[in-house]
Amino acid sequence: MKMKAAFQEVYGGFMSLLTGMRITLGQAFKPVITVQYPRQTLKMPARFRGHIQLVLDPKTGKSRCTACKLCERACPSDCIAVDGAKLEGQKRKSVTDYQLDFTTCSLCGSCVEACPFDAIEFSKEYNVVAFSRDAFNHMDLVQRLAARREIWAQNQPPAPPPPEPPSPAPVAAPAPASQPQNPA
Amino acid sequence: MTFLSIEPVRILLYLVGICAFVGANAAYLVLAERKGAGRIQRRPGPNEAGYAGWLQPVADGIKLLSKQVMIPPGTDRLLFCLAPLMVMAPPLICLTVIPFGENLFARNINVGLLLVFSLGSINVMALMLGGWASRNKYAVISAARVVSQNVAYEIPMLLVVITLLMVTGTMNLNEIVQQQGGGFWHWNLFKVWVNPLMPVTFVIFFICMLAETNRAPFDMAEAESELLAGAFTEYGGMGFGVFFMAEYANIVVGCSMATVLFLGGWQSPFVILSGPVFGPLWFLAKMYALILTVIWVRWTFPRTQFYGLLNLSWKILIPISLFTLLLTGAVMKLPLALHHLF
Repeated sequence: MKMKAAFQEVYGGFMSLLTGMRITLGQAFKPVITVQYPRQTLKMPARFRGHIQLVLDPKTGKSRCTACKLCERACPSDCIAVDGAKLEGQKRKSVTDYQLDFTTCSLCGSCVEACPFDAIEFSKEYNVVAFSRDAFNHMDLVQRLAARREIWAQNQPPAPPPPEPPSPAPVAAPAPASQPQNPA
Repeated sequence: MTFLSIEPVRILLYLVGICAFVGANAAYLVLAERKGAGRIQRRPGPNEAGYAGWLQPVADGIKLLSKQVMIPPGTDRLLFCLAPLMVMAPPLICLTVIPFGENLFARNINVGLLLVFSLGSINVMALMLGGWASRNKYAVISAARVVSQNVAYEIPMLLVVITLLMVTGTMNLNEIVQQQGGGFWHWNLFKVWVNPLMPVTFVIFFICMLAETNRAPFDMAEAESELLAGAFTEYGGMGFGVFFMAEYANIVVGCSMATVLFLGGWQSPFVILSGPVFGPLWFLAKMYALILTVIWVRWTFPRTQFYGLLNLSWKILIPISLFTLLLTGAVMKLPLALHHLF
């Protein structure tokens, strides 16, 4: 019986080696999953937290921020500085200056939660690298929004022409012409 | 034909042809290895140098050539310099007798088989000398491992070859190939009526060839997690490059021998498509299929432990190969003996 067990062990071992080789062969013919990074990039997942940015309202192309400064107060690291002004012809204040000190930001998200207008969000920007800290300790989010607005404007369809004023009375169509004539 | 049969021309053609063949193989098998490893791990492998990485071997070669050749103080200078030569020379000589086609071989020696296996053992000597001459503790441990591993695996390999020799009755490699003509069922691999365990002997031969060439999963000689680079720890630049090339040259020789002995050499697997043109193509196709299998094995299995390696040889491979030897003898001679007795 011991002899039989020994043969079974050798046979079973050899078969398990063949199973391993079948698996690697199967993997070898599946598509390559490497992303050639500088040339190809992955889409960041929905919950990725980059630095915050001002939301661009897709209808108006402007920020929804009213400079209420709730985010500034919610920030535990004290890295947000907002300034706003009331522009002519508008009911609310709008943001004129939004400074983010990203060097102290811990991406906690309190500002995003605090915002009553959904005016700030996490960006999907992960390439945050620079040669000096000056690039990040005074990030001007309003300026960045303006850059995004230009791209947004290019992708907008041309504005529709203003609607013509309605004519005072619609011209009645000649009634007999619409009736088919019966030759009989 | 008369021009080609002049002796100096033949020698020159052999030298140029074999060196080019070994060099090209060593360079591009490294690329094939890296590409194969990549595919198995679902990466593309080297793909930056040239189109799809085809210039990678050139880049590697230039890099190795531009490095300083350094002989560390305290080494045995003579042996240290001799080891790369000794590791490269045997595969080059072995390729003299291997028949690539019906008329495509450098020398038709009637002890070709013996020549290949006697020179194959020098490879071990070279690794041992390289390790010993380095005066480096890792290299010396590696050298000791190489010797014990190769002693263990020479035995089943030679037993398998003796089995085969009993079947073929000749040591002339070209004759061995000629005997296997007429379809794949005449190959030694499938000659189950001579020995029902013939496919098993092929597997043993293949495993022993992996061990003899120090390939994974038997690469105890250069187990980098334990021994840095093993016997080549102190070698740099082209000294290391020669060891590296010799590894692939030895694989080429080993796979050629497996092709010649078991897979019918330059014989077509079907009767059609044979001849002086298709013969070498069949030989190369079989040889490269085996080489790709060697690469495939390397990237499938992890390195074995040393006692596992010796157990496999002494407890499994040697008993089985002894048994096949006896079985072949019995199948060949028992009917004759019975005929005499009764």
